[in-house]
Amino acid sequence: MGRPIIEVRNLSKQYRLGAIGATSLREEFHRYWDRLRGKPSPDEKEFWALRDVSFDVQPGEAIGVIGRNGAGKSTLLKILSRITEPTSGRAVMRGRVASLLEVGTGFHPELTGRENIFLNGAILGMTKAEVRRKFDEIVAFAEVEKFIDTPVKHYSSGMYVRLAFAVAAHLEPEILIVDEVLSVGDIQFQKKSLGKMRHVAADEGRTVLFVSHNMAAVRQLCSSALLLKNGRLHLAASAAEAIESYVESSDQTGSSEGFQFRNKHPDLQLLKADVEKASIVYNDSLTVRTLWQVRRPMQFAIECVIRDHLMAPLAFHGTGVIAGYEFVFPAGIAEVVIHYPRLPLAQGHYSMDIIAARSGREFFVYAEGAVSFQVDLAIPMQAGYWFSQGNGSVYLPCEVSAEAPRTRVGLGRPTP
Amino acid sequence: MNETTESKSETVIEATHGLHFVPWREVYAYRDLLWLLVWRDIVSRYKQTVLGLLWFVVQPILTTIVFMAIFERVARIPTNGVPSSLFYMCGLLPWNYFAQTFQSTSNSLTSNAAMFGKVYFPRLVMPLSSVISNLLPLAIQLVTFFVIYTLEKFGPRSGSYNMGLSAALLPLIVVQVGILSLGTGLWIAALTAKFRDFGILSSFALQLWMYMTPVVYPLSRVPPRWYWLAASNPMTFPLEATKTMLLGAGSPTLALFSISVAITLAILVGGIFIFQHIEKTFVDVI
Repeated sequence: MGRPIIEVRNLSKQYRLGAIGATSLREEFHRYWDRLRGKPSPDEKEFWALRDVSFDVQPGEAIGVIGRNGAGKSTLLKILSRITEPTSGRAVMRGRVASLLEVGTGFHPELTGRENIFLNGAILGMTKAEVRRKFDEIVAFAEVEKFIDTPVKHYSSGMYVRLAFAVAAHLEPEILIVDEVLSVGDIQFQKKSLGKMRHVAADEGRTVLFVSHNMAAVRQLCSSALLLKNGRLHLAASAAEAIESYVESSDQTGSSEGFQFRNKHPDLQLLKADVEKASIVYNDSLTVRTLWQVRRPMQFAIECVIRDHLMAPLAFHGTGVIAGYEFVFPAGIAEVVIHYPRLPLAQGHYSMDIIAARSGREFFVYAEGAVSFQVDLAIPMQAGYWFSQGNGSVYLPCEVSAEAPRTRVGLGRPTP
Repeated sequence: MNETTESKSETVIEATHGLHFVPWREVYAYRDLLWLLVWRDIVSRYKQTVLGLLWFVVQPILTTIVFMAIFERVARIPTNGVPSSLFYMCGLLPWNYFAQTFQSTSNSLTSNAAMFGKVYFPRLVMPLSSVISNLLPLAIQLVTFFVIYTLEKFGPRSGSYNMGLSAALLPLIVVQVGILSLGTGLWIAALTAKFRDFGILSSFALQLWMYMTPVVYPLSRVPPRWYWLAASNPMTFPLEATKTMLLGAGSPTLALFSISVAITLAILVGGIFIFQHIEKTFVDVI
């Protein structure tokens, strides 16, 4: 093995909670005044988003970065793509770096597709000559040939995203940093972009650092993975091993201990989340009780996402965007009960994210994996077929007809 | 030696302490982006408005008319024997370039925060692009000035003013004004990122600054005991120099020149330092 292409040593990043955000001079003055009088500022808490993280990446490796929200993944990528500086520690990147933290950065709605390709390419670090050389390929990949001279404000959101990803995908960096971009676009396009990324990693021998919640994608794309936990590097191992450890660590069935949540709102906090029965059977009901601290009266919707063992989202419900209502909470402690009357789920492990949000606008609290539960027995079918996560996690009623006679069968539990 | 060839594209990321000056090499590497941003600035401006580039003609003319009504008719401030239209329009050339560039550079961090949070490029490219893209309105304004100059000069009431050969030096004044607006803009950009108050303060200060600069009055009318104040304003020299070059109606001196250039450079160097300093962790405090 030669010299690593990425060398990270004791990388740390500290944020000061409460001091995040631009302040007004008045606030700063208050803080200064409090300090003068020896009164500790109440809202200033230091916290390490990243702590002493060290690892090496060899040229041509595709490395996944996994961990829960708040584990430090995004901070790591932000430092490596030079968007923010570390507090201490050091990283050496030996090669041209391109990061796709979000696609479509710098797109201007008034400019045409053609113009935006050049602008976006330059923002991502390409020269004009490079963009010109790749232009036709980008346009073809994005499937926007007909609209290339139309201002992008007339594009559908699908076209917009496709074009943005296409530009980014045609960069030729030695090191590519990718964060969750695969969740964009339709299925067809997702497949295509996953393929493109694999091509970049495997065939062109580039180094890829890939952050995702999609464990299936990480497993497909990456040879090894870094598991981050509370800002520290918990495990650096093969992708399969790291994913296994990640899934296991979130395997505290039924308990609300140790879940990570992202509190974005100073006046709202999720105190507790408990599932009434942590172990259910197919088509059972599920009840989750949550306690919230609401510091001043506020209005929000409750949303939840059920995820399977690979953390892929399976089912979403939101009082706002789905059912069309939000709650108006007075200040104080509020209990919110989430009840699913029936869960047609396969045998296996599931977790649930609990979210407080202004419908379609912003998250106040995003508690990833706030609760988890187990489906133990799942025999939904007439034939006695044992329904497990391997074939798909949700059972949806379906009718199949054919111009042919039917005959009854019976199946036992398949031997694994 | 072996080390240097290998590290041609090696990037070291660590906390920077102390002061860091401009990453020239990086800015140069992103020169294509610089030009594309200049071009985006210009194109998006005329695509979004009905009058488009015509605004750059209409705006200074309207301002000149307002000045003529207020400062000439009402306040009766003399214009050094030059037709007031030309006097004001000439003063507005460097001032508008300064004010517009100052405004866009001072917003360059906050208004691009979303982009800066997602992708890295030398942040200095943004303000630099505004300094360049604002040259277009200046050029259009200059053409407007020449048209009005010709109309006035060969119209019925010709005066004793004259464009001299020194007009060829005007680009140098433009460069100085560009540097000054960049420097002050960088200061405000950095301070606004930290304290939002400066955003409000700066637009207010810009207004006051105009009245402290000989835009609507000749420097010769400033009372001697206030002369030092006018002289310590780095915009005074460019204004006077422009009036001399285009109308032969200014009073620039070597002392004014030296003070102005020294302050301009000091502001630029300080501005770059503070901008570079804030820019490093700017995305953490949005």
